[in-house]
Amino acid sequence: MGKRPHSPFRTIRMASQSSDQINQSVDHLFRHRAGQMIATLTRIFGIERLDQVEDAVQDAMVRALRLWPYQGAPDNPSAWLIQVAKNRMLDQLRRDCRLTETTDEIEVPDGGEDSAAFANEIRDDQLRMIFTCCHPLVPEDGQIALTLKTVGGFSVSEIARAFLARESSVSKTIVRAKQRLREFEIKLEMPAPDKLPARLESALKVVYLMFNEGYSALEGEELVRTDLCHEAIRLCELLAGHPVTGAPKVHALAALLLFQAARLTARCDAAGELLLLSEQDRSLWDSAMVKRGLYQLRRSACGDEVSDYHLEAEIASCHTLAESFETTDWPRVLDCYEELLKRKPSPVVALNRIVALAKARGVEAGLVELNKLAEDRTLRNYYPYYAALGELLREVGNSSEAIDAYQKALNLTSSEPIRRFLMKRIASL
Amino acid sequence: MPQYILLLHEAPSDFSNFSPEETQQIIGEYVAWRSKIQAEGKYVGSNKLKDEGGRHVSIRNGKARVVDGPYAEAKEVMGGYFLINGSNYDEAVETSKGCPHLKYNGWIEVREIDPVK
Repeated sequence: MGKRPHSPFRTIRMASQSSDQINQSVDHLFRHRAGQMIATLTRIFGIERLDQVEDAVQDAMVRALRLWPYQGAPDNPSAWLIQVAKNRMLDQLRRDCRLTETTDEIEVPDGGEDSAAFANEIRDDQLRMIFTCCHPLVPEDGQIALTLKTVGGFSVSEIARAFLARESSVSKTIVRAKQRLREFEIKLEMPAPDKLPARLESALKVVYLMFNEGYSALEGEELVRTDLCHEAIRLCELLAGHPVTGAPKVHALAALLLFQAARLTARCDAAGELLLLSEQDRSLWDSAMVKRGLYQLRRSACGDEVSDYHLEAEIASCHTLAESFETTDWPRVLDCYEELLKRKPSPVVALNRIVALAKARGVEAGLVELNKLAEDRTLRNYYPYYAALGELLREVGNSSEAIDAYQKALNLTSSEPIRRFLMKRIASL
Repeated sequence: MPQYILLLHEAPSDFSNFSPEETQQIIGEYVAWRSKIQAEGKYVGSNKLKDEGGRHVSIRNGKARVVDGPYAEAKEVMGGYFLINGSNYDEAVETSKGCPHLKYNGWIEVREIDPVK
């Protein structure tokens, strides 16, 4: 701040230039910067000081909040923020008397340079942080919460809202996760080559669950849930873009998430009511995201590995690339589900397979299989089973049994948007 | 045209619990308010004051006495000020009502500058 001659009142021109910078700044600038700053400063000061780093980053945010309204944003907001956070850390370290004056020589990238090397450094800091947060020795819920907090820049309150959980329980989850990091002395580093496949698997699972959390729950705060999906995509693209971690299945997962997220904008009608895939206005799908999905899909085909993510991405691509619901490549969707079912037999995959089968081979065939599936006890309390049954019965004109099925589904879910959807279906019969 | 100073009082701790996302959004609100009063020709200048309490200077027994101003982290401070143009108190108060400071637990003291002529 000291470089500029400081008049009591900055000129208005300068002030308004800076304001524009904030207003035009990319979405989630602060959130993303917070994540990057935590990753970079933790690399510099050590994972054992993660809590202090988080506090320092928060302090920098508070300082911006209290200062910028008066004098406008500095010319390089990111550089300013990380400088403030770094100084907080150094002050604290000096107070702790663990380091001498030489701390001034600790180099912190200031974001001033736009060089590719700097971008790579930031990316690598974040990747190390992802692998640390997603370490298999950290409990799964802790992996997700910790990743969101330290890599994503989400606050505890935002995570709680996204997961429909209490703030206190999210805090506890994060504290436990950090305890694990200390207990097992988990380091902030890229996994060794022999550990990479397993560690990558763990990180991908976190990304997948994070996305699903945002994507599948239909209640709660829409905005923060969408953010969860976009954060999962950002992390996945980060992993996909790195030469060491960009395995074909990482590209496959990125493609899957992008194809799914492209349809987010069309999931509800103007009144906020849920729309089925068959009812959505496909012109509302995000074509830029579809393009990114296609890019990732192409890159996923580079190896000879076919992961579950490949199959799911292919299914998602069939849905997202079809011009209409009717022209969807149902036989291909069905093939993918059959392969998936062989790999990880689950009633959920089985149900999805039958829905595809009803499209590919006719509703009657679907109904026969659905009735067979009814013997699976785990589906007895699974509302999508009865909702799917209702849909097929409705299509063959069996109104009374369809109503029964919808009614059963209705009794099994407390999700308001889904209940409204089911009631609308019953009313239409 | 008369000038008014808006003194923005706040408790610094009120600002410590926002997420990065919320921080960005709130700064955006202040910036929008400032741009608006700039466009209306009301903005003259603004500055943030440091929180540390400053110094109180007085003369005691013919000698200057300097004491540190009061500062406790939890306490309320005057965060900073805006200098604005306004035709009268009502207009200055109206202008201050739009300031996001009020939304975030702060309060604003409006004082008219008393010019020599």
